[in-house]
Amino acid sequence: MKLSRFARLVCLSAMLIAGLLLAGCQRQEQAMPWELTDISGHMPDLAFHLTDDQGKAVSAADYRGKVTLLYFGYTHCPDVCPLTLAHLHVVLQRLGPLADDVRILFVSVDPARDTTEVLHQYVTAFDPHAVGLTGSPSDIEALTKRYRAAFTREPNKGGGGYDVSHSSGIYIFDATGKARLLATPSDSQDKLVHDLHLLLSPAGAT
Amino acid sequence: MKRIVFLLVGALLPLGVQAAQADHIKASHAWIRLLPANLPAGGYVTLDNESASAATLVSAHSATYASAMLHQSTQDPSGNSTMRMVERVSIPAHGRLALAPSGYHLMLEQATHALKPGDMVAITLDFADGSHLPVSFLVRPANTSP
Repeated sequence: MKLSRFARLVCLSAMLIAGLLLAGCQRQEQAMPWELTDISGHMPDLAFHLTDDQGKAVSAADYRGKVTLLYFGYTHCPDVCPLTLAHLHVVLQRLGPLADDVRILFVSVDPARDTTEVLHQYVTAFDPHAVGLTGSPSDIEALTKRYRAAFTREPNKGGGGYDVSHSSGIYIFDATGKARLLATPSDSQDKLVHDLHLLLSPAGAT
Repeated sequence: MKRIVFLLVGALLPLGVQAAQADHIKASHAWIRLLPANLPAGGYVTLDNESASAATLVSAHSATYASAMLHQSTQDPSGNSTMRMVERVSIPAHGRLALAPSGYHLMLEQATHALKPGDMVAITLDFADGSHLPVSFLVRPANTSP
């Protein structure tokens, strides 16, 4: 009889503790009010082997310690790509010194025309924290497939020109390379600034 | 005297017939997003039609660019962004057409000389009735937010 009362007490305390823990978890979740789409656990970690706009072979490991914004595009894209990069430039400006812990990774889906020289001029025209990445068509395709970001080369126009239709999402990874958030070019600068502040804070980094 | 009358008639004739589409279009906020390495640049302008009939923009040309094409960026529901050439765009009567980022724009290719932010570039807009509207576009840096 005494034992059962003790057992009941244990059970009750366990329930109480569990309840507190649960409340604790919930509170922590509420403390992370992401404004962009939370993709934690739904997309693989950042991984690639490409060439940067300085001509150096780089992998995702080279960007550990930085929050990265992965965006697929091409330099012969005069409208949407520059708009997105200009948008991200303002976001990084608003982060102030914190922007030093952020990199924009602009991956070319048009490696035939996007040489490292052109990519370098292109990304530096937008932001000092932007890196241009290119590589073999198969390495680039592997990266776009990893994030289910489709791209298609459209039929030739006159004069050898052509357009490339491509996914316009911005994939955001934390400093450990984990996929965390997905933004679209139409997401406001306020949303991006808000979530990057969170991601760059000690609480958001985990 | 005969010659003066002839000149007067000549000057008034275009007004008597229907005035050209370009005459009723007011252009504003004309700018070019300058990209490095002579990459194709986007041209943007807001067009207000002050006429009671619609006007149709069919093309553009400029001495500064080997090619100026009317383009449209579109996005499908899955978030894929595509650009395509457009044959004509209508500006409704008393309406507005904005050539603005991520929508209609001029795709400007192969500048004949190096441009820098602050330059003005003359681009002529061509309308369906054969009329033209010369517009001066301001060259702005690549990372301009409109």
